[in-house]
Amino acid sequence: MPDIYLDNNATTKVDRAVVDAMLPFFTEQFGNPSSIHRFADGVARAIKKARGQVQELLGAEHDSEIIFTSCGTESDSTAILSAIKAQPNRKEIITTTVEHPAILNLCEHLEKEGYTIHRMPVDKCGRLNLEAYRNLLSDQVAIVSVMWANNETGTIFPVVEMAEMAHAAGVMFHTDAVQAVGKIPMMLQDTKIDMLSLSGHKLHAPKGIGVLYLRRGTRFRPLLRGGHQERGRRAGTENTASIVGLGKACELAIEHMEFENTKVKAMRDRLERGIVEQIPHCFITGDLNNRLPNTTDIAFEYIEGEAILMLLNKAGIAASSGSACTSGSLEPSHVMRAMSIPYTAAHGTIRFSFSRYNTMSEVDEVLKVMPDIVASLRKLSPYWDGNGPVANPEEAFKPTYA
Amino acid sequence: MWDYSDKVKEHFFNPKNAGAVANANAVGEVGSISCGDALRLTLRVNEATEVIEDAGFQTFGCGSAIASSSVLTEIIKGMTLDEALKVTNNDIAAELDGLPPEKMHCSVMGREALQAAVANYRGEEWKDDHEEGALVCKCFAIDAVMIEEMVWANKLRTVQDVTNYTKAGGGCAACHEDIEAILEKVLKERGETFDPNAAPIEKPVLTTAKAPLTNLQRIKKIEEVLTSLRPQLMADGGDVELVEVIDNIAYVNMTGACSGCQMAAMTIAGIQQRLMEALGEFIRVVPASQMPSQLVNIREASHA
Repeated sequence: MPDIYLDNNATTKVDRAVVDAMLPFFTEQFGNPSSIHRFADGVARAIKKARGQVQELLGAEHDSEIIFTSCGTESDSTAILSAIKAQPNRKEIITTTVEHPAILNLCEHLEKEGYTIHRMPVDKCGRLNLEAYRNLLSDQVAIVSVMWANNETGTIFPVVEMAEMAHAAGVMFHTDAVQAVGKIPMMLQDTKIDMLSLSGHKLHAPKGIGVLYLRRGTRFRPLLRGGHQERGRRAGTENTASIVGLGKACELAIEHMEFENTKVKAMRDRLERGIVEQIPHCFITGDLNNRLPNTTDIAFEYIEGEAILMLLNKAGIAASSGSACTSGSLEPSHVMRAMSIPYTAAHGTIRFSFSRYNTMSEVDEVLKVMPDIVASLRKLSPYWDGNGPVANPEEAFKPTYA
Repeated sequence: MWDYSDKVKEHFFNPKNAGAVANANAVGEVGSISCGDALRLTLRVNEATEVIEDAGFQTFGCGSAIASSSVLTEIIKGMTLDEALKVTNNDIAAELDGLPPEKMHCSVMGREALQAAVANYRGEEWKDDHEEGALVCKCFAIDAVMIEEMVWANKLRTVQDVTNYTKAGGGCAACHEDIEAILEKVLKERGETFDPNAAPIEKPVLTTAKAPLTNLQRIKKIEEVLTSLRPQLMADGGDVELVEVIDNIAYVNMTGACSGCQMAAMTIAGIQQRLMEALGEFIRVVPASQMPSQLVNIREASHA
């Protein structure tokens, strides 16, 4: 069996149709879209078409609300830095403890510069407390930045409602939607969301292309100043081939939206049900009733995620983990810690994330190998004895920690 | 994914000596907070010869933690306890054909489990002697705690100072922002402000000698330096005594007026500075009271 790719929240395969749409823009229509000659003739038109395709997927009111950037991180940084530059008297930012590092590390940096960062906690299922959120909103807040869907658990935040609340309080609202766009339908024109980040490579477009949605009328200060590209809101020569590719990918995402929420979801559901039924002492993390259709994050207790991934990789299966080791950081995933998942389980979390390219037979293959992988590592674990965890595992094994 | 050597993979996919040893009479349980890894090492020691007859491991941890545990048991089987105590984390890493810098602590955990097991066999309590911080310099595997300690001890003021004393930041230079953040923090606590353009403090002579010192040479040189410093200390009514040298750590006893003196820490920093200049290599001076307990016992036994 060829290798199985279940790490689509990390990045996705570029769709063949996307590649085909891009190719002419490398060697034929390679002109600068700002030029007036036949090499650039179709380029500006192609970019306009792509802008319309993105607009349609997002349900934006105007195509001029779409600003092409280099990636999701650039969109996030542009949004937050724009909000604080445009409103220099507002010194507070509201976000959550489970955001992507693209938001969290920027906020940490701004904290050093004197900003107050409100990081809203989540409960054990990864949910926010909206009453606590309401109390944080004030005329001191420059921007609220809350992710649409969590990259690790797939848990969806009520961003539409939260944007309404921010709007009522006169506060700008940004959402990092890189995991949500293309997986769940959205109609931004019916919301109060002011800014939204998306990343091409999460929806079968290439890496190196992103979008900042900027609602018309939202006060804005560019991150990159220079040429007149993107109406002066993001200077720099357009990444034409990738913009065209992203447009095509958005068109395909609309076509596959139903498939994603039925067939892809069915694969995910079958995998997680099979794992939980076959393997003792594991559980699904996040808000089970309110998740992306393609994501499951399962904590295998008493073993460590990187070790699981290495054995999965040997079996030809690609997934990812929230363990500290896989990130090279000191702590297991901040998302797992925020949900108060104990260390012995947080280190053993494995995320399987699907795309429309996966099949049911791949799910069966994973279900075939997973029980043995978990069992073989538990055999090595000091928390495990024979067929179950040792009695009172946290008591029975109490290492001296450095 | 990490760039693991074939040796690491071999020990991970086919671990040796997995599981607890039957009739074990030595158990070491340690963990590394930085990875959430934890290891239980069980040994069966021959009570007459002190030879490790069997060793087994149980590890909660990543690929390199399991590989480090496995290779450790292979290294120490057949050794006497005293021989085994000489195994360093670098020996473990070397046996695995190296570990990524972020993963070196897995080998440290192996060495510590061994120390803990030996202490357990000898009826002693093992205490960890180091604190591990976030990895700052990935080129030379230097963590934040180490850098902060050196900034305090030697009154370092610039990134260049930190590089001179710890090597941190001397490679790709990508960590200079993090080093500056540590300098800013410590200098603020000292009531100073960080100035990136400050003149570097006098460099310690870290020019690597062609041949590294043998331990005997190192001890002799340390004694020489201490002898030269003794008159000053005695003038203040104190004294210093060298207790033990292990790798690049010199354990000393501050006696007389120096003992319990608030200036002891500064004195130790001063001694450390002089030793580094004389030895031409990095050395840490630590009060003997912080020496791992089984080492204290070895020393007492050898003096008896």
